[in-house]
Amino acid sequence: MAATQTTSGPGNRVTAMLLLPTTLWFLLLLVMPLVVILIYSLGERAPAGGYAPALTLAQYANLPARLKAFTNTLTLAPLGTIMCLLIAYPLAYYLAVRAGPKIKPFLLTLVIIPFWTSFLIRTYAWIYILGGRGIPQLAEMIGIDDMRLIYTPTAVLIGIVYGYLPLMVFPIYVSLEKLDKRLLEASSDLGANPFRTFFQVTLPLSAPGLVTGSLLVFILLMGEYLIPALLGGGKVFFVGNALVDLFLQSRNWPFGSAVAITLVGIMLVAVAVYLKLVGRSDKGGDQDVSII
Amino acid sequence: MTKKHFENAPISAKKFMDELWRYKKGSTTRRHFLGVTGLGAATAVMASAMPMLTGLRSAQAGSIGDRVSMATWPNYFDPANFEQFKKDAGAEVQVSVFGSNEEMLAKLQAGGTGWDVFVPTNYTISTYVDLDLIQPLDLSRLPNFDAKFYEKRFIEPGTVNGKVYAVPKNWGTTGFVLNRKKVTSNPTSWKEFWDLTKTSASGRVMVHDYQLTTIGNALKYFGYSFNSIDPKELADAEKLLIECKPHLFAINSDYQPGMRSGDAWMSVAWTGDGLQLHRDIPEIDYVLGKEGGELWSDFYAIPKGAPHLDAAYAFINFLLDPAINAKEVAAHGYPVPDSRTTALLPKEMTTNPIMYPAAELLSALEFGAAVTLTNPLRAEVMARFKSA
Repeated sequence: MAATQTTSGPGNRVTAMLLLPTTLWFLLLLVMPLVVILIYSLGERAPAGGYAPALTLAQYANLPARLKAFTNTLTLAPLGTIMCLLIAYPLAYYLAVRAGPKIKPFLLTLVIIPFWTSFLIRTYAWIYILGGRGIPQLAEMIGIDDMRLIYTPTAVLIGIVYGYLPLMVFPIYVSLEKLDKRLLEASSDLGANPFRTFFQVTLPLSAPGLVTGSLLVFILLMGEYLIPALLGGGKVFFVGNALVDLFLQSRNWPFGSAVAITLVGIMLVAVAVYLKLVGRSDKGGDQDVSII
Repeated sequence: MTKKHFENAPISAKKFMDELWRYKKGSTTRRHFLGVTGLGAATAVMASAMPMLTGLRSAQAGSIGDRVSMATWPNYFDPANFEQFKKDAGAEVQVSVFGSNEEMLAKLQAGGTGWDVFVPTNYTISTYVDLDLIQPLDLSRLPNFDAKFYEKRFIEPGTVNGKVYAVPKNWGTTGFVLNRKKVTSNPTSWKEFWDLTKTSASGRVMVHDYQLTTIGNALKYFGYSFNSIDPKELADAEKLLIECKPHLFAINSDYQPGMRSGDAWMSVAWTGDGLQLHRDIPEIDYVLGKEGGELWSDFYAIPKGAPHLDAAYAFINFLLDPAINAKEVAAHGYPVPDSRTTALLPKEMTTNPIMYPAAELLSALEFGAAVTLTNPLRAEVMARFKSA
């Protein structure tokens, strides 16, 4: 069997044919648009807006004008990821290790149910929950006056954690689910207290899920537009919002392209650094930290 | 709340299965099944998202097609009139709401909007003509438009190089709304508006997500022209805006929800929103800054390549019928430059100072200038203010 796979012949052709759709998809919808954006980023804004051909780095030189959008994104995206992680881990742990077989499917369904409603509508709901007649009014009843939530960074963070939590719960859940419970018993038999068992057995073994979940949430958050637009009131501004503004208001396509390219670059670096750090901390074992 | 939601749902799960069963047995028609379950409407929505599927169907569904798609502004139409049009002409009105002319222009520049009618503001029309994004109107297909009944200054921007590209919808002013219960001083100028923003009304003020009005009224703080593109004057305006930003509640052109909930106390506002808010919440007042500000008129126009051209003409003509137009005004509170329509309005509207401000306040106002739409510096000042 192994021989037929390595020799040329019909097997290879089938492989090539099976890969063709993916390759086309990849080239047409990822590589080509990226090339277009790269070319645009070297151009100039046409007089009435749009793109005019040129070969200049002026757009990149202007990047500091969007510094705040980048710093907002680079603080709130990691912060949101960490908060999701801190909330998701105990939840996933409970679902995977503690929940009984009867209640587990029910609880898992509860985690999925929010996906049945459009994310846009759920985020709109938060506008009212965080608005003056929502939580602040309840807070007033117990004597906390003048609480402002909506259109603040806190509101955006709440929206982020709410929206992205399920994306963090599932990968962690899956890796904890696979965890061999006998290892926990062994650890305890060998005299480790539960605390030590968690940090030396459970946590390292669930690392792949942690890494997957964090990357999933972090990458999506870096490009987030909707939550800051709706819960940030145009004041808490992500790079995604700056991009929408550049394309839909200022109609400055070249500068927008330069910002987009820069965001992609920052994301690649951040992800590479993160994977490197995770890989190093895991050096001792032969545990392979794969993304999925 | 939840209960109400389910009552409003088009059909319950059980009823759906019953209907499906009946349809399978052949005791109801396909048409009845699609209608009663809402699947027909769902299909129509899907089809409109994929225009290439609809080429054949629209030819069959009545003489003007089955839909007309319009791009317009928030709180700026009477849905009952759209229902009426659907009943009379058979075309369903699909509305997209925008926050700024820039955004409308950007969509049209990018192409493929599928709009049949859009509502540009006076100062943008010449740019649309330059960019070849708008088509000249065949006035013989708009019998309800008769220039002699219209105020001249409000129809002029619709004509470029002797050709009529747009017919007037409404006119109005840009001032600010304030909640008198919360803001106890009596601001009458843009200077006071911005000063209050930085002091006692901090955290309670909204400005439009729209360069023309937000930058324009910041320019007014210094007494500059609303339309200035002078770099030094714009730098002053930018400095003021960035100084005020931490004190803003939000930057959003849809400010009614914030004002209604009491979260916002003041906002840059247009005539009709001022009227609608004052009508429902009497302590909310509409004020024109005494330094001036914007006087504007909006138009109905047809973009190049409108997919339902016949429906577009029929729809504009329908809306310009004075009886229909008067209903529109009654709903949204923006005055019209058409004297036939104004004659049909109730007296409390025609004497309303929000709709028809005193002459000395009006004379200080300026029409927006075409250059502000395409000026890169104004666009960048706005974008920097937002990302600051």
